[in-house]
Amino acid sequence: MEAIGVWTAALATIGIVSFLYKDNVLYRICESVFIGTSAGYWFVTYFWDNLYRKFYLGIQDATDPNRFFLWFGVVLGVLMLTRLWGKIGWLSRWPLAFVVGATAGLYMMTFFVSNAMRQVGATIMPIFRGNLPAIIDNTVLAVGVFCGLVYFFFSKEHRGLFGRASRVGIWILMITFGASFGYTVMSRMSLMLGRFDFLFGTWLGILP
Amino acid sequence: MRKEIPQFIVLIAGVFMAMQFFVPHSYSQFLYRYALDWLIIIGIFALALAVWSFIRVSYEKIQRKADNWPYAVVSLAGLFTMVFAGLWFMGGLESYLYRHFFSFIMIPIQSTMYALLAFFIASAAYRAFRARSLLATVLLLAALVVMLRFNPFLGPLGEPIARLADWILNYPNLAAKRAIAMGIGLGIVATALKVILGIERGYMGKD
Repeated sequence: MEAIGVWTAALATIGIVSFLYKDNVLYRICESVFIGTSAGYWFVTYFWDNLYRKFYLGIQDATDPNRFFLWFGVVLGVLMLTRLWGKIGWLSRWPLAFVVGATAGLYMMTFFVSNAMRQVGATIMPIFRGNLPAIIDNTVLAVGVFCGLVYFFFSKEHRGLFGRASRVGIWILMITFGASFGYTVMSRMSLMLGRFDFLFGTWLGILP
Repeated sequence: MRKEIPQFIVLIAGVFMAMQFFVPHSYSQFLYRYALDWLIIIGIFALALAVWSFIRVSYEKIQRKADNWPYAVVSLAGLFTMVFAGLWFMGGLESYLYRHFFSFIMIPIQSTMYALLAFFIASAAYRAFRARSLLATVLLLAALVVMLRFNPFLGPLGEPIARLADWILNYPNLAAKRAIAMGIGLGIVATALKVILGIERGYMGKD
């Protein structure tokens, strides 16, 4: 069975790589298989992890006297399915509204703390601390954050001193985009090496 | 009625989820815990809806004999095989068939698709990295330094390049990432407030 699996994986890999030549039947088949199996995979995983473990086992947990509150989630979930019936489809907005509202409230606070407050807190620090290289590093960090923010501030025209700060912001952003690009290329190359290692090593066995 | 109740639910759920951070009372924590559970349970019904929609669209495509309809058959076959393999009588998530479909079909296809992007990135890089301006040159140099970071063939140049790459990642890169993160954070707060206060109602659809 293992050998069938390795052959299947090898054919799937070749099928996807064949797209480099041109769009073809083998690639389309692999793509379609992936779409179907992914949908099935996530459905099964969510079914067991969420509906079975969270709800079914939770509702049977006699140690939790409030376990029946879980039913409310199921009621909202069933309302979501009313979208399939045209006349009462508008009821599906209720669970959707709950998800949207709860997520908005949750993210509003968590992102404000993690993305705004903590980042500001980490940036406001003594610059002239340590030796010269450390002072340069701290200056680059503080000035870089400030100028980056200035670049994204579009309520004032980027002219004069403000414009120069914005220009420094672009430089810092370009360095970041370059670094991110380099990182992405390396990660993709690493994946490519992994696939070639699989094809020539695990499948064909011609690698030492 | 059809629009007011959802808006009211959004307002109550949003305000509660935001306020519970400031109210560490047992009732508040109790409701918070169950609200998170409800979100998870609603998620599986939403996914079921999505899968049903996928089946319906594929079935209609097959029935109409639309362009490329045989691929819809392949997709449906993949879906039903995976669901069948993951059912309880097959052993659920621990099923031999389910794990092997994941390891020998999903993982190879997914990782090869991502790996394939390396080639498209290379062609995009050629167009983007032609150093036509000073800023494009800065981008090119930063990318080159980061890409050469772990190159074992650079000899004595290897270490200084690795240190320069670390410096770029730890200081200028971090500075810009922080500025972007602050922008995202404030943007999310503004968008969440618009949703909670009923200014943004796109989630309700058109009718």
